[in-house]
Amino acid sequence: MKNNVVSVALVGNPNTGKTSLFNQLTGLKQKVGNYPGITVDKKHGTCKLSEFVTAEIVDLPGTYSINPQTLDETIVLETLLDEKGESFPDLVIVVAEVENLKRNLLLFSQIKDLQLPTILVINMADQMDGKGISIDIEQLKKELKSEIVLISARKNLGVEKLKKEIENYSNWNTEPIANISDKIDVEFFNEIETAFPEQSLYKSWLLITQQKYCDFLSKEQCEKIDVFKSNAEKIKKYQHKETIFRYQKINEILKKTYKVDKSKATDLRSKLDRILTHKIWGYTIFIGILLLIFTSIFEWASLPMDLIDGLFANLSELAKNNLPKGVFTNLISEGLIPGIGGVVIFIPQIAILFLFIAILEETGYMSRVVFLMDRIMRRFGMSGKSIIPLISGTACAIPAIMASRNISSWKERLITILVIPFTTCSARLPVYAILIALIIPNHRVFGVLNVQGLTLMALYLLGFVAAFLSAMLLHKVLKIENKSLFVIEMPNYKLPSVKNVFYEVVEKTKSFILGAGKIILALSIVLWFLASNGPESYKNASKEVSAQAESVNLSKVELHKKIASYKLEHSYIGYMGKTIEPIIAPMGYDWKIGIALISSFAAREVFVGALATIYSVESEGEDVGTIKQRMAAEVNPKTGEKRFNFASGMSLLLFYAFAMQCIGTLAIVKRETKSWKWPILQLTVMTTLAYIVAAITYTILS
Amino acid sequence: MGDTIANLRIGESGVIADFSLDLIPLSLLEMGCLPGKEVRLIQIAPLKDPLYIKVNGSHLAIRKEMASQINITKL
Repeated sequence: MKNNVVSVALVGNPNTGKTSLFNQLTGLKQKVGNYPGITVDKKHGTCKLSEFVTAEIVDLPGTYSINPQTLDETIVLETLLDEKGESFPDLVIVVAEVENLKRNLLLFSQIKDLQLPTILVINMADQMDGKGISIDIEQLKKELKSEIVLISARKNLGVEKLKKEIENYSNWNTEPIANISDKIDVEFFNEIETAFPEQSLYKSWLLITQQKYCDFLSKEQCEKIDVFKSNAEKIKKYQHKETIFRYQKINEILKKTYKVDKSKATDLRSKLDRILTHKIWGYTIFIGILLLIFTSIFEWASLPMDLIDGLFANLSELAKNNLPKGVFTNLISEGLIPGIGGVVIFIPQIAILFLFIAILEETGYMSRVVFLMDRIMRRFGMSGKSIIPLISGTACAIPAIMASRNISSWKERLITILVIPFTTCSARLPVYAILIALIIPNHRVFGVLNVQGLTLMALYLLGFVAAFLSAMLLHKVLKIENKSLFVIEMPNYKLPSVKNVFYEVVEKTKSFILGAGKIILALSIVLWFLASNGPESYKNASKEVSAQAESVNLSKVELHKKIASYKLEHSYIGYMGKTIEPIIAPMGYDWKIGIALISSFAAREVFVGALATIYSVESEGEDVGTIKQRMAAEVNPKTGEKRFNFASGMSLLLFYAFAMQCIGTLAIVKRETKSWKWPILQLTVMTTLAYIVAAITYTILS
Repeated sequence: MGDTIANLRIGESGVIADFSLDLIPLSLLEMGCLPGKEVRLIQIAPLKDPLYIKVNGSHLAIRKEMASQINITKL
């Protein structure tokens, strides 16, 4: 027997521990990719079932039903219906959880009726005794015509047994369990069955109920489906009836097989709910958690960031001193190493942010925040669910915009998407961190609060204020009918699983760094080239400077310095920078900052790396030092003052707070809103605002 | 005018009336909010909206606007 690969789809309600199971099965052999054409993260990984069989597992987004309400849920439906699709599974694992088995079985019954090989996995089985739940598994297997495995994904119980069962999937019973036609409209469903003899009745019915045609259908198939779609009212009514019928069926089955001894139930949930959603304590705790997150980003990350900064400065030095002199060495020491350093330096801050967000989601606390904030958010034209994207936006706007997909009202979702880029994303952090370190003294007030930390917090706050004010404006201006359907599950509280949080942080940090890394690396090489090459006057630099310097007596070192800065000024980038200098002068920047500013329209974090490249080209042959030291040493030749003083520093901080400088975000907004109108609006409005605010700040402070 | 979920006080329960079927959106039905099922109001958000309910074993939060469309008989 050859090595066989079976493809497995993992499906389940949110909060059932589906991801825990996925982590147990695949471990580090997991990847995040994209579904073709759309940018929803597709998590997949491999798992060795036995010597001969490997499972290729896809973790589909959590869903309560396969009647899709949101984009994430559409993916589940399309994956399971498109037989020719690349992710079409050989078998489906439906993950349920002991406490909410009834609701979980609704989804199971739908998938089972598609007549794919399906297995039911009941998770958190280790908690059955504590919750007074008992299940007659043998009976339940018979009723559901399916194999069932009890597991505890967190404790890794039952997972081996599940692997063995999967291997045997070709022998599973694929009969449907709910015969929808009998109870609703026999004649109508018989017609459907005759029209589509090649597929299960339920699949045909699902295709008929979709408002939009699935992309994979041919024109003929669409036409055939159209015949049944004419009466929309009737279809809606039948969908309701179908759901009720499924629940009746499930109730009958569970009556025979599922028992709960209520006296054993603990009351921890309601006690925690009473505190966490309390009108005073609820908000106090929420604000406390936000403060904790933002201070720790600065406090915990500063040490590893300084280490990384120093390390890359040393690496540059090392490369310069030990490699043979030449263009290639310059590219490595002045282009590549500072460029990579500019990416790696993010890791601590991003990891900390993702860590907090993962913990808040895992524990079930996020839903309470949604509950607490919904009324407030609605005043700004958003939904309680917008809180999660807005908080995630402090890590990165791209996943945040994707996280807005579960907001079902289009207006609320659009406003959320449009204002997310105002929240202080981690790409702004290195810019903020280095500027704050340069212009704000490292004092402590009241013994505990660090002034630098407070400044950073103020910038975060500014981001949120800008987001909310613009949301309020958009709420007034946008004329979109607001049909909203707001239902969220309030899951039970859980201790976060170390493994889940770890994988989440590693995965997200990795994909962010790799994504941003490519842009930064490419740009720093381009910048290096432009900065170390130039037209005629660049090549004659040493002759020119020496000739000028003859009259004045200069030491060798000074002469060297003069030549280097003359060269930079006459390089390609120097000419480009000089051209834009008049535009950025009102904000207090010179052409070098201007170059960094323009480069960072691709991605904000490029700013520090770009400055690092420009300065290290300039300081050719000398002690390179850290980026921070180089910036501190930079002097404005006209005034003799430091280039990064309070006025220009504040102006830069505010420019970065408001400007829309991220190609990735613009691209994702275009994809999510299906129009260039919205990203262009963001780019122009935010950047104009940034320019005006920065110019005013500089004028007032200088 | 009959009672709706929005009229419940914290801790009170009611049974969802049959004729609500057309008014309840499909996704809420799928979450377990079905006619004939008992619904209990667990908590009201500090600004009086949304409502935190337990119905048919599910813990859900829904907005008052929707809650006021679901008719019940108080228990």
